[in-house]
Amino acid sequence: MPKDDSVSARSDGPPRIALVGNPNCGKTALFNALTGARQKVANYAGVTVERKEGMFVSPAGTRVKVIDLPGTYSLRARSPDEEVTRDVVLGRRADEAVPEAIVCVVDATRLRLNLRLVLEMKKLGRPVILALNMMDEAESQGIAVDAAELSAALGIPVVPTVAIRKDGIQPLLDQIDRTIQVANSEGMTPTSAPCGWTEPSARDLRDYHAQVEAIMAQAIGRPSRPHLATRRIDRVLLQPATGLFILLALLFLMFQAVFSWARLPMELIDGGLSTVKGLIDAGMADGPLKSLITDGIIGGVGSVVIFLPQILVLFLFIQILEDSGYMARAAFLLDKMMGGVGLHGRAFIPLLSSFACAVPGIMAARTIENRTDRIATIMIAPLMTCSARLPVYTLIIAAFVPQRQVLNGWVGLPGLVLFALYAAGILSGLLIAFVLKRTLLSGAREPLLMELPAYRLPRPHNVLLGLYERARAFLVRAGTTIFALMVVIWALASFPAAPEGATLPAIDYSIAGMIGHFLEPLLAPIGFNWEIAVALVPGMAAREVAVGVLGTVYALSDSGDSMRNSLAGLLAHSWSLPTALSFLTWYVFAPQCIATLSVVRRELNSYWWPMAMFFGLTTLAYGASFVTFRVASSLIGS
Amino acid sequence: MQVEPGQAIAAGVSLGALRKGAQAEIIALDESAALSTLKTGELERRLIEMGLVEGARIEILHEGFPRRDPIAVLVGDSTIALRRVEASAVMVRRLKD
Repeated sequence: MPKDDSVSARSDGPPRIALVGNPNCGKTALFNALTGARQKVANYAGVTVERKEGMFVSPAGTRVKVIDLPGTYSLRARSPDEEVTRDVVLGRRADEAVPEAIVCVVDATRLRLNLRLVLEMKKLGRPVILALNMMDEAESQGIAVDAAELSAALGIPVVPTVAIRKDGIQPLLDQIDRTIQVANSEGMTPTSAPCGWTEPSARDLRDYHAQVEAIMAQAIGRPSRPHLATRRIDRVLLQPATGLFILLALLFLMFQAVFSWARLPMELIDGGLSTVKGLIDAGMADGPLKSLITDGIIGGVGSVVIFLPQILVLFLFIQILEDSGYMARAAFLLDKMMGGVGLHGRAFIPLLSSFACAVPGIMAARTIENRTDRIATIMIAPLMTCSARLPVYTLIIAAFVPQRQVLNGWVGLPGLVLFALYAAGILSGLLIAFVLKRTLLSGAREPLLMELPAYRLPRPHNVLLGLYERARAFLVRAGTTIFALMVVIWALASFPAAPEGATLPAIDYSIAGMIGHFLEPLLAPIGFNWEIAVALVPGMAAREVAVGVLGTVYALSDSGDSMRNSLAGLLAHSWSLPTALSFLTWYVFAPQCIATLSVVRRELNSYWWPMAMFFGLTTLAYGASFVTFRVASSLIGS
Repeated sequence: MQVEPGQAIAAGVSLGALRKGAQAEIIALDESAALSTLKTGELERRLIEMGLVEGARIEILHEGFPRRDPIAVLVGDSTIALRRVEASAVMVRRLKD
């Protein structure tokens, strides 16, 4: 039941509407069409559910705020995402005033499941507008939906929308104006009508279902048929043998693309940074300030920003797989096998997202309703190689793996090594999940019960908006956290300065050098030198920082011509191959990321699990690196 | 498990036992048949929310791997993926193999 104090929260600002709908109903596309790029993405306080808000000006000139609520099948709320949707529409959240109107977005090609939610929303006693989305697809499938009949049967305004067409949302905009006007003229506060919603029982659900059938008989001219193209494609993609083969090929293509497509923009960024550095070198007098700008900021932050193209390529793939409807198929194909190690098929999406970054991956685990399933997924998410580790991998691979074609020229050797590193992370993750589900997390398995949406061509507009959001988040992080860390690291590596007549490189006398030398004996058994030890500590804040630190450490400890050599070239000369392999192995497990640990703490509301993650993975990293270093040393000779 | 035709139509059979291509009509939901670890009534409600309700016509479109699990079921205008263990809560009358 709604609490009185939070229900009375009413903003005096512009009117607000909330978008509610089933997953895959095109709600986000509609949100994008309404608001364009004027969106704010943040988190709801206390929970890590994404809060998307936008603004648009209606045809009547009213400024209207739009909230895009997480997709749900019912208001019964089985996951934190669905809880947010329920609490916002019920006015239970203190930090979100009750919306003036609710726009229920339904997929016109799949009305049965969608309309049941509409009936539930009607019980709220607030103005509800039904947006019949994807009307163009419904028409091309021969589904005749009579909007007027539907409106009469439901007792709410119904407007057809085509979110992907420019003029496709005009009827919705006009209806929003009318609804707001009626609300204003009646002096009706959003909460004046009694809320008749209670959690539905199985009998209530059957009643809703019967109502939907009656309404559909009345308002649908021709019954909807399953999407024919989707069925044909699925005959191939869901056929176990070909389906799994295509899935694997797709993942492999994704990793190869991360390397090859991103090469040119990365070279451009690199060239730009070198030019700026050269200009400063020529135009400024030597001194600490010049050193801070060239070594600390351009050298440090630049070495992280250069990976933006790779991160974008990765997110491009994830976004397209998501928007096209393939992600659900991947979950279907992998459910039984993932079930073998005790994971839910739905864990696939959080784990795949973790390849970009464990933080959104761990947050995506919220769609797994069962807590033990969710914990198991979260605990192995950091083992899926995140894009922040890519800079580390690519640096070492560039330094130690020759640019050669193998397998008759089909595959580049660097790409193959990278694939092996990803595979090592995945396999150890599955192994850990297997052990966890049989020890600490033994118990129930969550049902799968998931809709396989019709395939859709991803819309460039939506993909670009998603990519823009990722790029912005990454650059903000590079400009704030990483920038601050780089300055700190630069200071640690520069002060105190070397004494007069010093024989060793300057960094040997700095604080960073002292920390490195202090950790060196601990890390010597796994082949790490003190430069690596220096890099590991700031790498806690963000893994990719380790590359920047190595850049700073080596740039500062060298002089003259070697400054101009690339970091990769430097490493190839100063590290042995076993050390490089050991370092790569360390990063397969490397749990040293504060952002990941803090999001685990927040998501699971526990200190125990992030601690377990940190110590467990550190132990694994140390052990695996030790074995790698010893084996490699005895085979190759260090 | 393979169910012989004829026997199935008479006795009613669970969705969890059907093979790819089978068409059927749902006659009852019985979550006690599914060994569900969810709280009582939860599986039943989730099935109804996904459209698996008495009277609905279904067809098994795809089977997973290994052990033909999970299954993709066409229900009305949606395709729902579910595991055989939960599908055994759905009692059906077979229409066609």
